[in-house]
Amino acid sequence: MGPQHPSTHGVLRLVIELDGEIIDKITPHIGYLHRGIEKLSEHRTYHQALPLTDRMDYLAPMSNNLGYVLAVEKLLGVEVPERAKTVRVITAELTRLKSHLVWLACHALDIGAMTVFLYCFREREKVMEIYEKLSGARMTSNYYRVGGLSADVYAGFEKDVQEIIDTFPGFFDTYEGLLTKNTIWLQRTVGNGVISAEDAIDAGITGPALRGSGVDWDLRRDNPYSGYEKYSFKVPVGEKCDTFDRYKVRLVEMREAVKIISQALNDLKPGPVLADLPQVCYPPKENVYNSIEGLIHHFKIASEGFAAPEGEVYQGVENPKGELGYYLVSDGSNKPYRMRVRPPSFVNLSAIEKMAKGSMIADLVAVIGTLDIVLGEIDR
Amino acid sequence: MVDMAENNRAVIKLRERFAADIVEVKEFRGEVTVTVTKNNIVEICNYLKTALGYNLLTDVTAVDYLGKSPRFQVVYNMYSIPSKDRLRVKAQVEEADATIDSVSGVWSSANWLERETYDLFGITFAGHPDLRRILMTDDWVGHPLRKDYPLQGPDREPYKGRLS
Repeated sequence: MGPQHPSTHGVLRLVIELDGEIIDKITPHIGYLHRGIEKLSEHRTYHQALPLTDRMDYLAPMSNNLGYVLAVEKLLGVEVPERAKTVRVITAELTRLKSHLVWLACHALDIGAMTVFLYCFREREKVMEIYEKLSGARMTSNYYRVGGLSADVYAGFEKDVQEIIDTFPGFFDTYEGLLTKNTIWLQRTVGNGVISAEDAIDAGITGPALRGSGVDWDLRRDNPYSGYEKYSFKVPVGEKCDTFDRYKVRLVEMREAVKIISQALNDLKPGPVLADLPQVCYPPKENVYNSIEGLIHHFKIASEGFAAPEGEVYQGVENPKGELGYYLVSDGSNKPYRMRVRPPSFVNLSAIEKMAKGSMIADLVAVIGTLDIVLGEIDR
Repeated sequence: MVDMAENNRAVIKLRERFAADIVEVKEFRGEVTVTVTKNNIVEICNYLKTALGYNLLTDVTAVDYLGKSPRFQVVYNMYSIPSKDRLRVKAQVEEADATIDSVSGVWSSANWLERETYDLFGITFAGHPDLRRILMTDDWVGHPLRKDYPLQGPDREPYKGRLS
């Protein structure tokens, strides 16, 4: 199956050994999208390595950027202004919505519900428009910077986000109306891809797929970063450890994301969006264009970057797919000596045989959908 | 700073049981790193999982310190879901004997992560059930994340900057 099969969500190849229609063994073949992002980052300054990160999980670029900038800031010991933190939370949760909408769209399409696919992509477009206005790009955002944000939000950002807060819960009701009690949906998802909590932890599964197995653990709540401790939200967990429970968990997560965005938007106070650290951050554009000192400053940061203290840090963030971690090793120079990305989809995919063994081949399609993998991040 | 690392629950226990294996304990930005020799890595990991609750193996990777001895460090980032804390264990691996015992029997998540480390660093994991390349093709020569592997690939001239 694959690498060009429509339900493999990218270039994934599965060599399946079958006993009739029953799956006996699955051997995944990955690496078709391997671009050597970890190797490339060793040859770039810390600022230059940032655009590489949003090309991994291209369905959730800002969450990828967030993990990276937090890791570098931890390495440097830099404190980020409040407004930048809040905007990061809003945009990271918008990213969660965007990523989960693609998950639901493709998952439903794989199992035969095409209407949901079209609805989800319609709503995703609203988030994409905000992305485009913020960063100029719909997918490769590169909006955050080490020390804050590349620019403050555009005029009208609050209004656009408010529209999402007002309208999205109604859309979620529509999806649930189409799926939650739909007999075909239930037959395809209930009892499919069961993995117990113990097995899921052992297999390293993280994120909604782990919570679907009843493990009450969310990095945003348990090891908060970027000011998540200020917001109250529920962490949904499943009971039956199957595809249907993971579906319910992700839907509740989308509703909770809207609540976080709403709280963060109320919390958004005027202020700087970039730390006052000339040796690390880019200067404001008006200085670059209007003064020779500003131009020199920009040139120094763009060409040399900044030197990070010797040491090593790990920063994990709750990506829509699971725990995305950056492990940075610095030798004191201006480039990461080693940048390791802990890919959630990669580890989640490794459990596919455990989840699908003994089921029918058609159910494997539902398991791939429920794992919510993205190959750009698996292969890096 | 050193005291904070020494007061870490896991470090105290490890010092009691595996005193001979511990090379260094370090604390940086609130994160504790324990460097050990590779001899008892499976016992250490097993103990950390069963007795100290580090039930989630987040990541296995390696760092190539070319020119230093030992050349490689295999890095285990682990997490305890009950107590919500992280621990990093690093095992030293010499270039001449780039082998370490596999911990895939302790956490099954190590299976693919060790395969990736094998693929990109050329470190062999003894006792691994399925040690094949995972990201690169099976017939690939070399290990791309080693520091002496050129960025452009093995058969190409190094990039010399723009000519225009």
